[in-house]
Order: sequence, then C-alpha cells, then structure tokens
Amino acid sequence: MVQSIDHVALLPAYLAAGTAVLVLLVDLFTGRAVLPVAALGAAATAAGAWLVGTGADRATFCVRDGCSYLADGTGGLVAVLFALLTLGVLVLSAPLLRSGAVPVGEYCFLLACAMTGGVVLGYAGDLIILIVALETLTLPLYVLVGLRRRTVESAEGAVTFFVVSVVATTVTLLGAALLYALTGTVQLSALAARLGERTELRDVPLAAAAVVLILAGLAFKVAAVPFHAWAPAAYDGAPVPVAAYLSTASKLGGVVAILYVAVTGLRPWLDVAGPVLAALAVLTMTVGNLVALRQRRMVRLLAWSSVAQAGYILAPLGAFATADGRTGEALAVAAAATVAYTVFYVILELAAFGSVVALRPFAGDGGEIDEYRGAARRAPWVGGAFVLALVGLAGLPPGLAGLFAKVVVVRSLLDGGAGWLAIVVAVNAVVGLAYYVRVAALLFGVASAPRSRVPWAVAGALAVTTLVALVVGFAPQLVLDAADLVATR
Amino acid sequence: MSAGQVALVATLAVPAVGASVVAALPSRADRAARLVGTVAAAVTLVVSAALYRPGDGGWFSFGPNPPAIRPWHDLDVSWASGLDLRFHLGVDGISYPLVVLTALLTLLCCGYTLWHVPDPGRGRLLTALLLAIEVGILGTFLALDLVLFFVFFEVVLLPMYAVIAVWGGPDRRHAARKFVLYTLLGSVLLLVGVFTVVSAAGTGDIVALTAANPLSRGTQLAAFTLLALGLAVKAPLWPLHTWLPDAHTEAPTVGSVILAGVLLKMGTYGLIRVAVGVAPEGARWAAPVVGSLAVAAIIVGSLVCLAQRELKRLIAYSSVGHMGFVMLGIATLTATGLQAALIGNVAHGIITGLLFFLAGAVKDRAHTGLLDDLGGLRERAPGLAGVLGFAAIASLGLPGLAGFWGEAFAVVGSLRRGGPLWSTLAAIAALGGALTAAYFLRLLRRVSHGPASPVVAAMPAGLARPELASWGPLVLLALAVGLVPALVLGMAHDPVQALTEVVNR
Repeated sequence: MVQSIDHVALLPAYLAAGTAVLVLLVDLFTGRAVLPVAALGAAATAAGAWLVGTGADRATFCVRDGCSYLADGTGGLVAVLFALLTLGVLVLSAPLLRSGAVPVGEYCFLLACAMTGGVVLGYAGDLIILIVALETLTLPLYVLVGLRRRTVESAEGAVTFFVVSVVATTVTLLGAALLYALTGTVQLSALAARLGERTELRDVPLAAAAVVLILAGLAFKVAAVPFHAWAPAAYDGAPVPVAAYLSTASKLGGVVAILYVAVTGLRPWLDVAGPVLAALAVLTMTVGNLVALRQRRMVRLLAWSSVAQAGYILAPLGAFATADGRTGEALAVAAAATVAYTVFYVILELAAFGSVVALRPFAGDGGEIDEYRGAARRAPWVGGAFVLALVGLAGLPPGLAGLFAKVVVVRSLLDGGAGWLAIVVAVNAVVGLAYYVRVAALLFGVASAPRSRVPWAVAGALAVTTLVALVVGFAPQLVLDAADLVATR
Repeated sequence: MSAGQVALVATLAVPAVGASVVAALPSRADRAARLVGTVAAAVTLVVSAALYRPGDGGWFSFGPNPPAIRPWHDLDVSWASGLDLRFHLGVDGISYPLVVLTALLTLLCCGYTLWHVPDPGRGRLLTALLLAIEVGILGTFLALDLVLFFVFFEVVLLPMYAVIAVWGGPDRRHAARKFVLYTLLGSVLLLVGVFTVVSAAGTGDIVALTAANPLSRGTQLAAFTLLALGLAVKAPLWPLHTWLPDAHTEAPTVGSVILAGVLLKMGTYGLIRVAVGVAPEGARWAAPVVGSLAVAAIIVGSLVCLAQRELKRLIAYSSVGHMGFVMLGIATLTATGLQAALIGNVAHGIITGLLFFLAGAVKDRAHTGLLDDLGGLRERAPGLAGVLGFAAIASLGLPGLAGFWGEAFAVVGSLRRGGPLWSTLAAIAALGGALTAAYFLRLLRRVSHGPASPVVAAMPAGLARPELASWGPLVLLALAVGLVPALVLGMAHDPVQALTEVVNR
C-alpha cells in the first residue's frame, strides 16, 4: 500500500530534526557559531509549528483506523511550547558553553534531538509514535545529565535517570502491548472507539493492568510519586540549564503523553484510569512538598518542588475518579485545567531555573541554599525575578500567574465534583509556601559580597521569561484559551 | 466611564503606582522616596473619601425590587472569563467607612515612616510595602466579585510577611512565618469556598448572588463552613487566633497598626459581605457555633490579657477579645448586631491603631515592653501617658468614646435575638466587657502610675511633632465616632437592613 505523505504537516518535525543535523554539521566543519545556529533552528521550528498550527488541520500517515500524525492546533501548541523551551534553555546555556565545561557541539545537538522528540510528541496520534517521540525526547537527556566533566554527581545522576527511565519505558510498552492485544489497534481514537463499543473487554484478565501499566510508565516521565526517585539525583547532577530542561520540557512531554493516552485513548475507561490518577496526584503533591521542606541544596529543592507541582498538574485529572468528573464537559474542563496549569508552571519554572543560572558560577552546580544568602542584594533584578518565580510557584501574588494556576485547578476540581481533592491541593499549597518563602527570605538576607555581573544572554532570557510570566499573570485568559484548544482535540 | 468609576479605579491605582515608583527609586533617594509614598497615600485618602455619595445611595433608582447590595459606584469589566473572574468594584455604606479608615491609617503609617524608620532602615521599601498592603486591603473592601475578592485577599499576604520579617523584633522570622502560613491556610479554604459557590451558581457576582441566592441548602452549608473558616483565621476567631499575638508583638509599629487596624477587618467584612450575603441559610445554620466561639474569644482574650506581662502582646490579645464582640454581632444576624459589628470594626481600627502607635512610642523610648520594667510614665512623660490613658479608656468601652457602641450593641443584638442560648451568650459577653475594663485599668496602673521605674526615668520626655500628627487624627476620630455614631451607622443603615432581609427571607 502506498501512502501519500503530507509534507507540510511534517514541516515542524523536519525543521526540528534539520536543526539537529545542521548543528552536527556546523560543529564538525567549522566548530564555531554552533549555539546561534541551534537557537535559530529552535526559533524556526517554533515559527514553523505556529504557521502549520494556525492553518487548516492536517493529518498524515493515515490507515483504516485513523491517522498517526495529527497536525492540528493542539499539536501546534505543544510543538511551539517545546521549541520555545528549547530556545530558552539554549540561551541560558550560553555562559556554560563558553566556559568550556561541556562540549558545545554535542550539547546543542542533543538538545535539538530532544526538541525533535517533543515536537513530534505533540502531533502523535497513535501509541507507537507517542512512545517513540517520548523516548526521542528523553534519550538525549541521559547524556546531557552526565555531560558535566569529571563530576561523580553528574555520572550518578545520569545512571539513575537512565536505569529508571528504561524501566519506565518498558512498563509503558508492556501496557501499550496489552492494549493492542485487547483491541487490535494502537490508534488513540480507534482505541477509544473499540473500548467503548466492546464492553466485554472489561472482563478480560489484565485489562485493568494494561491501563495501570501504561499510566505508571508515563508517570515516571512527569516524576510522579512513587516513580519520582530519579528526579532529585538527576536534576542535581546535571548542568543547571539541563535541569531546567528536565523540569520543564521533559515534564511537559510526560503531561502531554498522559493527556493523550488518558483523555483520548482511554476515554471509555476513565473509571479505571481516574482513581489511579487521583492517587498519583495526592501522593505526588504531598510527598513532594514534605520532602522539599528538608532540602538544603537549591536544585534538589527545586526538584522536589517540581515533583509536588506534578501533583497539582495531575490533580484535575483525578476528578475522573468521580462519575461527575467523567461527563463530556467536565472532561474538557479537567483536561484544559491540566494544560493551563502546565503552561503556567513551565513559565515560572523556567524563570526560577534561569535565576539560578544567573546567580551561580557558570560551570557550577546549583549549590547549597545558604550560598544564596543576600543574592538579591548582589543582583537586585535577578533576585526580584527569582522571588517572583518562587512566589508564583507557591501560588501567591505578586506571582499572579501561579495564583491563577492554582485557581484553575481548584475550580476544575470543584466543577468535577472532587471537592476533597481541592482541599488536598489547597492544604498542600500551604506546605509548599513554607519552603518557597524560606528561600525567598534568604535571598534578602545580609551578606557582604560585591555586585555580580550577569551575562547578557542569561539576563535577556530571564527578562523575557519573567515578562511572559507577568503578562500571563495579568491576562490569564491567553493561557486559558490556548488550554481549551488543546483540551478539545 | 463616570467620575465614580474613575475614583474607584484610582483608589487602587494610586497606591499601586505609588508602591512601584517608591520601590524603583534608588536607595540614595530614600527620604524623597518615602515622601513620594506619603503623597501617594494622601492622594489615595482624598480619592477614597471622594467616593462618598450623600443621601440614600441610589436607594430608589433600582425600582420596586431592589437588590440587597446597592453600590454607590459600580465598575464591572471582564478580566478572565475562563475563571469567572470579573473586575467588579463597588462601594456602599458597609464598605465605605473601612475604605476610608484603611486609607487614613496607611497615610498615618507612611507619614510616621517619613519620620522614623525602624531597623534595619531602607524606609522606602517599607513605604512601598505599606502601599502594596493598602492595595490589597482596599481591593478586598471594594470587590463585588467573589474571585476578585479572593485575589485581593491574597495580595496582602506576602508584603505583610516581609514587613514583619524584615523590620520586626528579635523573634521576627518565626512570627512572620507563622503569620503567613496560618493566614494562607485561611485563604486557601476561602478559595475552595469561593469556587464551591461559583461552580454551583455559575457566577461570582456578589450582588447577583446576594439578591437571587440560587444555591441549594447543602451547597450553602458547605460554602459557609469553608468561607467562614477561611475568614475566621484572618479575623481572627478563637481558637484560630494563635498567629496573631506573635505577629503583633514582633511586627514594627506601623506593621502592627495596619495589621490590627484594618487587616483583621478583611475577615469580619468578608464574613458580612461574602459569607452571610452569599450563603444566608448556611449562616443561620452556623450562627450558634460562631456566636459561642465569639463569646469564648471575648472571655479567653480578656483572661489572657489579665495575665499578660508585655505591652504589645497585651494589646494584641485585647484584639482577640474585641474581634470576639464583632463576631458576636455578626453571629446574631440581626440588624442591631450587624450594625454593632460594623461600628465595632471601625472603632477597633481607630483605637487599636492608636494603641499600637503608643506602644511603639513607649518601646522606642524605654527599649522594653515588659510591664514589670515600666511604671510611672505619668510623671516622666505626662503627654504620652495622657494619650495612652485616653486610648485605653476608649478601648475598654467607656460610653461617649468609639469603643462603646460596638460592644454594647453586640450584647443588645444578642439579647434581642432571644432564646436561652443567645441570652446566655449576651450575659457572658457583658461579663467579658467588665474583664476588658479590668485589664486595661491594670495596664494603666502598671504603666502610668506609681514611682518612675529606672527605664522610664531614663527615657526622653517630650513628644515629637510627627508623633502628634499621626496620633491626633485617631484621637479625634475616636471622640467623633463615640459622640456621633451616626457617622458610621447612618450610611450603613440601609444596606444592613437589606442584608438582614436577605438573611431572614
């Protein structure tokens, strides 16, 4: 059978993969200007994905059951987000690359590869593309985590990450295989149709196991408890910009995968998936917040806090556990809330890590929290951006973006009839504030150090991210509209 | 946009812009920055005072079936439709006195900071934070949208944390953290309550919700429980008050003044406007519990004060008692009780603001707040002792001064409600009133009378002019509200009447 392939639909993927190849060639032949090329490529990918996304919906690789590659607005938005995050992280890496602590060409190539995985993930219409894209997103990150030369922590983090992640992928694949055995399809929409038509499938042994396995495997990617143990070690061992990528782009990938699988693929079986997601959400936010309270290292604190944030991200999907939460409208509200929270979170998290990069020696790690004492006096603007990001992650004004993020989640939970989960989220927000405010207060402590100079690339990236955070804080409707778009796929 | 709408926006915009300008000015222009802040606060006071609309506030302009909230000025713009968030501001007789009080106290505090910056200096940041707090408090009082109310409620949290944590006393970090975590717990419960209402009703418009009341009984009970719990932490209602003594004791003078003067009122105002207005059936259901806790707060606060050995801590605990009277007034759900709560709010803001100014003055001079070390203030500094005596007597509820009306009418309201429970509560509350007198007289005996203690003998005698300037308006207001309670009660009469009709419908 010969398929016609819609190359326009594939344009963003071509651009992303082309960036990776170009970076490799430029590094090989000239060895210079690698970072600008990579940054330009990422920007071009974002622009391409934007163009394709705003046009008519396209699809390709179609078979009888449906299409495996859907270039609609949803996919476009995800692809744009991935490309912009990659761009941000590339710019944040500029001083690190200049210091020579990591090989420039490899670093940019690997990031561009990861971006390719993320871009394709957004367009995934079947389980195979989804899993392959997710792996393409994650695989380069194992190497990036271990890229800091001559540091044991870096290698340790990379190995932990690698082993855990491979196991997770196996688990996901097993789940996908079981679903395929049940229904005979890997197309997400066809999967939903068959599960809905053939109710007798519920009685097949291992049917529930298939759902649990595939969700558990994907939960590794968002670092949800109990599949989170790799995150703190990997974040802390990695160069700080890579940690930023792990906690933003990589997490976004996991969230998108869970959304596609749970909401699109397993829609008729949400009564099975719902309790799993609710349990994951409660465990993740509670454990993440409680452990973060005791952290002494900055990146570890941010790592645990991002574990807790994954709990808030999954929380709206926990409403699927109740019958009220599974009606069509509630479903869309919950999915939109998850996407909206993720977008708000990704912006704030990037700002937080950007501040860490700006406040630290270029080639160093995140360091102890105590080393940040008085940082806001050495660099007032960076300190201000850091405080805004932390306060936003805690969900309080003046970090209005974070406040509205929490509001979206609580609102969707109450709409879905899961009031108890809303209270769990609310109480967790209080625990979270305890450590965010500790760090924020420390930044304004007294320390006698000269004013430090922030490289202009980092300062620029941080300023843009903070500005975006402020804008979506005052105009949250922008994010909410985009999230609605994603949820209506 | 009408002039009233412009004034509403300006009331929030002036301090907000002022705060950003003051914070952005360089540190070498510290004094000029503080001056700019004070001017912004003064403009805010003028603008907010101009919100007043004489007469009955458009009572007749609504036709035969007027809604329960009839704002004098009304501004309603969509902010984020996906969150049911509307930028809906309005002011009426219930909120106006509190708005003006907030603007006044902020101006006095900014002016005070112009003269005296507590350690470790950097007065312009303190001024900026005071203005930021003002934005949050004014926004809370002006909001007529539930979600907007919540947003402004949250705005106050971190600036106040910073004021306590940076400029506070020796144990400031602990106190500040306790304050921020406790009150955040309150506001997240408020958030859940707000969206319980919004998801059930499909709107967050307080005016519409109070008028039509579309909520089922079950939703109302759940919503009132959550809203009241959240607001009671802020108010604070015993036994949720434990953050308050620490925060008050450690906060710098201006922080204590704002905290006691207006920040606590966000809780009681929210209870009247939001919790009672939106979930009246829930309010009726929970009234006995709230009333009993309020009376417990009066008694516990008074007893703790009788045993208290530190000046600021004593005044802080006296707030627990006074807010108990306000809560009792609200719990009766009668027109008398609600009126008592409103005037009690205002009176407590004026008098306790003054008391904290005075306590700060004493502590700045004597470098101690321990009652055992103070004594004989009357001989060393007769002016300071005189004003302190006036404030203490006003606070204990002497007729003719502001504190009297709130306490007396809360008891009267409770008696009018009738039945064994409310009569008992009224009797116990009256007893609490007597205890209040006892501890304030004890305070005066320990601080003002007797021979001058060594620390008091060593302190400077005179009063600075800025101090007089910041106390003077409060002394006058305490007298004015005491002699002519109609200043507050007059404009609140109609809205309170309308609210009680809603509650007893």
